[in-house]
Parts: sequence; C-alpha cells; structure tokens
Amino acid sequence: MSDTTQTGPIDMGSSAGNGKGDKPGPMLAADGRPLKRSLNRALRRQKLRALALIAPLLIFVLLTFIAPIADMLFRSVENDIVSNTLPSTTEALEGWDHTTGEAPSEAVFEDFYFDLFLASEAKEHTKLGTRLNYEKTGVSSMFRSTGRGLDDIGDDYLDQLEVIDKRWGDGAFWYALMSGTGTPAPEVVKARRKVLTRMSGDVLTGDVGFAPSNAIATLLPTTVRAYSDFAVYTALVDGKDVAKRDPWESVYVGLILDLNKADVSGYTGPEADALKAVKAALPEIKQVSLQSFFQSEDKDWVDPSVWATIQTYSPKYTSGYFLNAIDMQLTPDGIQMRPENEQIYIMLFKRTLFMSMMIMGSCILLGYPVAWLLANLPSKSANLLMILVLLPFWTSLLVRTSAWKVMLQQQGVINDVLVWLGLVSDGDRLVMINNQFGTIVAMTHILLPFMILPLYSVMQTIPPTYLRAAKSLGATNWTAFWRVYFPQSIPGIGAGSILVFILSIGYYITPEIVGGTTGTFISNRIAYHISSSLNWGLGAALGAILLACVLILYWAYDRIVGIDNVKLG
Amino acid sequence: MKLTKTLLAGTALAMSAGVASAQDMANDMTIVSWGGAYQSSQLKAYVEPYMAEHPEVTVTWDESSNEAVAKLRAMNEAGNITWDLVDVVAADAIRLCDEGLAMEYDPDELLAKGDDGSSASDDFGDLIVSDCYIPQIVYSTTFGYRTDMVPEGVDAPSNICDVFDLQKYPGKRALEKRPINNMEWALLCDGVAKDEVYDVLGTPEGQERALAKLGTIKDDVIWWSAGADTPQLLADGEVFMGSTYNGRLYSVIVEQKQPVAMMWDAQVYDLDGWIIPEGLDEAHLARVKDFVLFATDTKRLADQAKYISYGPARKSSAPMVPEDMKEHMPTDPANATNTFLYNYEFWADYRDDIDAKFQSWLAQ
Repeated sequence: MSDTTQTGPIDMGSSAGNGKGDKPGPMLAADGRPLKRSLNRALRRQKLRALALIAPLLIFVLLTFIAPIADMLFRSVENDIVSNTLPSTTEALEGWDHTTGEAPSEAVFEDFYFDLFLASEAKEHTKLGTRLNYEKTGVSSMFRSTGRGLDDIGDDYLDQLEVIDKRWGDGAFWYALMSGTGTPAPEVVKARRKVLTRMSGDVLTGDVGFAPSNAIATLLPTTVRAYSDFAVYTALVDGKDVAKRDPWESVYVGLILDLNKADVSGYTGPEADALKAVKAALPEIKQVSLQSFFQSEDKDWVDPSVWATIQTYSPKYTSGYFLNAIDMQLTPDGIQMRPENEQIYIMLFKRTLFMSMMIMGSCILLGYPVAWLLANLPSKSANLLMILVLLPFWTSLLVRTSAWKVMLQQQGVINDVLVWLGLVSDGDRLVMINNQFGTIVAMTHILLPFMILPLYSVMQTIPPTYLRAAKSLGATNWTAFWRVYFPQSIPGIGAGSILVFILSIGYYITPEIVGGTTGTFISNRIAYHISSSLNWGLGAALGAILLACVLILYWAYDRIVGIDNVKLG
Repeated sequence: MKLTKTLLAGTALAMSAGVASAQDMANDMTIVSWGGAYQSSQLKAYVEPYMAEHPEVTVTWDESSNEAVAKLRAMNEAGNITWDLVDVVAADAIRLCDEGLAMEYDPDELLAKGDDGSSASDDFGDLIVSDCYIPQIVYSTTFGYRTDMVPEGVDAPSNICDVFDLQKYPGKRALEKRPINNMEWALLCDGVAKDEVYDVLGTPEGQERALAKLGTIKDDVIWWSAGADTPQLLADGEVFMGSTYNGRLYSVIVEQKQPVAMMWDAQVYDLDGWIIPEGLDEAHLARVKDFVLFATDTKRLADQAKYISYGPARKSSAPMVPEDMKEHMPTDPANATNTFLYNYEFWADYRDDIDAKFQSWLAQ
C-alpha cells in the first residue's frame, strides 16, 4: 500500500476527510488533480497488475475447469437436435393436435420425407433416433431402418420417368432443368445450406455452383428444395461437381408431388417439353402417398404417439432431462410421474445423502480419537502413527477396495475367523459385502485420512495448558474435555466433515465394486449414463441436481455453523 | 555403361516408389482393446507378426474398449481423434455407426478374401451386423459352476433353468448387473419358447414376467459388473454358479485349474471386432487399412484361437483352429446344441426402457 501514497503528499489516512461536505473543495494531489481520483488511479493500476499476475491461472481454471463443467451441465436442457434435424417437420407439426388420435396430415409426411432424406444422407438421422428413443422406446430402430429404405420410393418414380423420357436419370439434364433461365433465386440454396450447417454442426464453405431460376423455383418449389439439398451436400460436403452428378432419389419424389399441383403449360425454360410430357403422362404414373410409404417402412409411423413425442421434444430447450432425473416425465399431455416400476432417482439421491452422512459420522467417530492421539503423543510415536494414517493414501484405491472384498466376503477372512471361533455357524456366514454395510465400511476406511488430517492440525493448536487449567479448577476429565477441549476442536470437525461428505457424495468406484444393489450411489447412475447409455443430457441433469444439493448443504452449513468456523489448520 | 545407368535409374525409381508408399502411411498406430488375455491374444496372433513385417511401425495400446463409445464421442466433439483402430462389441459398434463416429466400409474392398476363395462378405456372412463393423471373434456369455458344490446325489447342472432352481441347486449365483441376457434366460425358464422370447420381452407384461422370474432367485444373486468378477467369485467359492464370458471361464478351468465346469446351455453369442473411427487423416487411415487387411485374414483369425477360446469370425478359419482348443470353443457342435444370438436391434430399442425397470427392480 505504501507506493500508492506517494502519488500525493498527503497520506492515506487523510483521504477519509475527502467526502466531508464542509471542506471548501476536493482535496488535491501534488499534480493538481483531486486526490480521490489520483488515488483510485494508482490503486487501479495496482489491481490490474495483480490481476495480470493471476491471469494465467484464472484463464487456465476458466478454460479447463469452469467451461467444461458449464458446457456439460448445459446439455441437461439443450435439445436442438430435433428441430435442427427435422426443421420443416417440427414447423409443420405445430398445427397438429395429438389428442385427435390421428396421424398427422400428408403435408407433414411430405416435409418429414425431405427432412429425413437430407438427414440420412448426412448420417444424422440415427442420432436423432437415439435421442428420441430415450423418450419413446422403439423410435431408434424406426429411424435406422426407414433411413435405409428412403431411396425405394424415388427409385420407383425414376423407373417410370425413364419410360417417358430416358434423360430423367441424367445429372446434366437435371442441372439444366433446375438452373433454368432468367433471374436466379440463390436464396433457396442459401436457406438449404443453413439447414445443413445446423444439422451437421460443420462449417460449410465454398461455392455450391448451382442457383435455380426464379421461374422454376416458383413452379416446382419442392423439387427445387430437394435439388438444392442435393447440390449443397454434393458440392460442399462431397466436394463434387453438381452438374455431373445424378440427383438424389428425393428429387424425383419432389417432381411428382409438384407436378400434381403445378401448371407447366406456360413454362418456357430449358427442358420445358420434358416437363410437359411428364405432366401429360401423370395419370399413368403409379403414385404412393408418403404416409403409406412410411407406414410400409414401419407401421409405427402412423402411430400418433410417435408424432406426439416428436412434437413434445421440438423446442430447442427442454425440461425433459431434469424431469427424468426426478422420476417424472414430460409427455404430450403434460408433466407426469413415471410409472412406479421405473422410479429410481429420488430414492438414489436420498440414499446417497443418507449414506454420505453415515460415512461422515463414522469418520468422525473413528478419526477423532486418532487425531487426538496424534496431537498428544510424543513426537516420535506421533510420527509413526502419522505414517500409518497416510499409508492408505499411498495405496491404490482399487487395491484398498479389493482388499475389503477379501476381508468381508462370505468366504472371506472375517467370516472364516468368526466360524473358527465358533461365533457363527458355517451355514449362515454374515453378509457384509455387496450391500450398504460394505460400502460404508470401505468408504469410511478410504476417506478417514481426510477427517484425521484437518482434525489433527486443529488439535495441535489447542494448548494443553487449557485442559490442565480446567482440571486444576476442579473439572472432571469429561467436563474438561467436553466444555474446554471439544469446543475448540469443532472447526476441525467442520472442515473434515465437509471434505468427507463432499468427496463421498460423488464417489462411484467403491460403491460399484462393494455396493451390490443396495449400496450404490447416484454417481453410479451418472457414470452409467455418461459412459454406457450415452444419455449425456440425463447424466448432466443428475449431476446438476447433485451439485445443487451440495451447494445447498454448504449454504445450510454456513448458516448454522458458520463457514468461518472451518479450519484446516 | 548404359546398363549401369538403367540399373541405377531403376533402383532410384524403386526406391522413390518405396519411399512414396511408406510416406503415404503413418508409422504410428493407436489400437484400443480390452487389456488382459484378449489383448495379448491379439498381440501374438497379428500385431507382433505385422510389426515383424513392418519394423518401422510402432503400436500404442489403449485399454479403453469398455468405455470406447463415450470416449470416441468426446473426441469427436473436441475434433481430435487420437485412436486409429478400436476393438468393441457389436452393440457398441452399432451405436458408434448410428452416431456417425465409426467409418462405414465395403467388406470386399477392405478385407482379404477367404483362404477357400470365398469373398470377404460371404466369409464373414451375417456377422457383419453393421456397416461399420469388422468382426474378429465370436464369444459367448454362459455359465460356469463349481463342481465341488454340486449337492450329493444330484446331477451336475446342465440346463439353463437349473440356475433358477434353488431347491435342487442351493447356493449363490453371479449374474450381470444389467438386463441383457438375464431377461432372456428368465423368460426361457418361465416357459416362453425360444423364438418368441423377444416378442414377449417387447411387452410391459413380458418384462414384468421376466423380472418376476428373476425375483425368485434375487436374494441369492451377487450382481457383477466386470467380466473378471465371476471367475473370482467362483474361485473363492463365493458363488455356486455364475455367468460370464466363456474365455474367462476357460482360464479359470484350464489355466488356474479350479474345480469349475462349463454349462453351455442357452449360451448367448456375441461378437467382438474392430471399428475404424470416422475422421482419420489419410496417412493413418492408409496404415489402419493395411493392418486390418492383414489382421483379419483367414490365417490370423485362426491363429488368435490358439491363444484364447473364442471362435474366429470367418467361416474359412474354422478348420484351422487347433484341435485341443476346439472343445472350448462356444461354436463347437457339442457346446452349441442350444444357443441364443444377442438381438442387437431389439436391445438398441429397448435398452433404455428395460434398463430403467431393471435398475429400479434391483434397488427395491
């Protein structure tokens, strides 16, 4: 602080008078500026320097710790995969009412066909299937198998188109037809490019090399849209020349759909004759409605509950994961409790909190005497004891956990000894592992040093003279301990309890190995969803709730005990 | 003079060609596998022979197969794929393919023809369960039991339903802590015909029925989550019978000489194989393709069966499996009288739903 005072002749203490109104004017520094401002400037410079010094650490922590956690937790509400993969479908579905009990209209199926076709070319449709399968069983395979069959309907149309004119299967012919002449309408291509960018998450750069004319885009909107999808994907993802490639099957489907409605008699662009020929032959072309096509691919596509699920999960953000994490579910009819036989998470949260408390409690009971011994033995034996306390720290977690297995199992050391002593009969050996008891024992052992060390360092600061003074004033041993010694060791208990509790609430390896079915924690389910089921959204929601629980307990602890009362030494 | 020049030019050409092709391929390869006996069978059967042929190549192992899907997804999101070849079970391969994390390939282009002249796609046949999957071996999940714990005067267990018969065969069982396989076995023993198991399991009533059947032995089950658990529980005498991968039981029986025997009834076949991650650079991809071509040919797959009791995925490898290993193979006719094939499609759909019910049932 001393350098700051050098900016003015008056020392820091006098600046307090600066704010008083009875002074004639602001107090000035040597350079004529108001002292307050010049002091602030000097302080700011110092603060900035201090900030610059910790900046590397701050940035490191932000980038490697806070940002990944925030990103992971954000997944618990993120749900843009549905609207990114099926943009037109979700829009078209907005007007559909699931309570009618009927599948959506043909128009929705048309949008769905073109959305799904692009998604399956970009191999994004199965991801969506997996996402929706979390909410509705069976959707995953509907997307996968239908994705494979999407070409069929277009191939059928192409066969019939080629009977009318051989050139319909030719890439260059299509390119000429779709490019047309006159004012170009590049916005169609631009819009489709945006759709593909959102869907795949990749940045697409470069020139598509295709723009439909305004006339053809108005005359055959669906075809142009499907062709633009094809053009954008071919040029920007595959890196091929659009004019030389045969279009996707969806383009033929689009053409037939358009020609049913469009009046091509007035059209004069390139290949107009071929269009007119198809229009004339339209009654002879065997057409299939897209609804019946999807029904033939998988009969569940006409099941309204599938569409209701898509509709419910259309918004970009969802509360669905959080609801799942507390045994509820977001259904088309609103928020409901999950069926009784699927409820598990609330019970696991309660169990995790309860068992963490138990572990914390047993750590206090076991750790307190040890820490007392450590603090009061002569330093030579205290050092030896300290090494014994630290020894488990240096042993692998898995080794320690497996050792407990050997000790506690039914054919294990403890049971063998009890049987040998005749305390239990060979037929009913004690079950001490693969249950809550096993988890509490193993985790208490693993977390004990985290309780002993803060306790020890706090106890070391308590002068032994206090106890002696209390006794000399007539206190019994117990009173001296309880009234004099114990209150002074509470900060150590507080620090140790917070450490042990927070560590145990997030443990998962030990409960997984020794917990069986009744001794597992919520973290085991989080691990399952992160690494096995890949439902990261649900994992993130469970993690967020767990984090919130810890913060609330921490806050409660601060209110009741006071966080100032926590000492690590 | 002219001759020397031609020779020199020829040598230079050959050298430059050699250099060019070596430059095309990366010289380092990170292979992901399971560790343990399985990884060492891969090492002996084809990684070491390949490195002997290509001394410039270094191979790094990463024993992350059991969490390969999650890690690959994370790598993909970070835009930095550090694995070149990943060993996964078929269900994971299907998911990786669904997620666009594994590369689709053409079997007849990437893989060698069978020694009997059959095309790769015929040789592997139905075992290519996904467009991204290059199968190596067939393994099975089946039961082992302690021979010294069979009650006196009772035949050794030989039927899957003996697992559910606590009267005849008292003692603890070890079952995997997930619904897959357990639900099928429960339904089979609850009187459902083999070809109807998945139809029944697809209904809520069928799921209840399977859980109810499992409920009859629930109090006597130790649930395992790692493949090494059951062999350990059997060796310690903690359980009477338990399910695990047949190769694990093989090592308990043959290598550790424990009093354990196999019960092959209703064993469930599954596959293990390679996937190539999507998004490798050209040099690494070229090296991986070269390695996969070598490592999945008829001879190498048959060689692998020398070191571990898993059946080669190629039909053409079967005759080359050593005689003394044949009786331990899940595909041996004597063992394969009653088998089950893991239904990937079914479990891809029902996994989340049934798992929720199963876990909730377990926790009750």
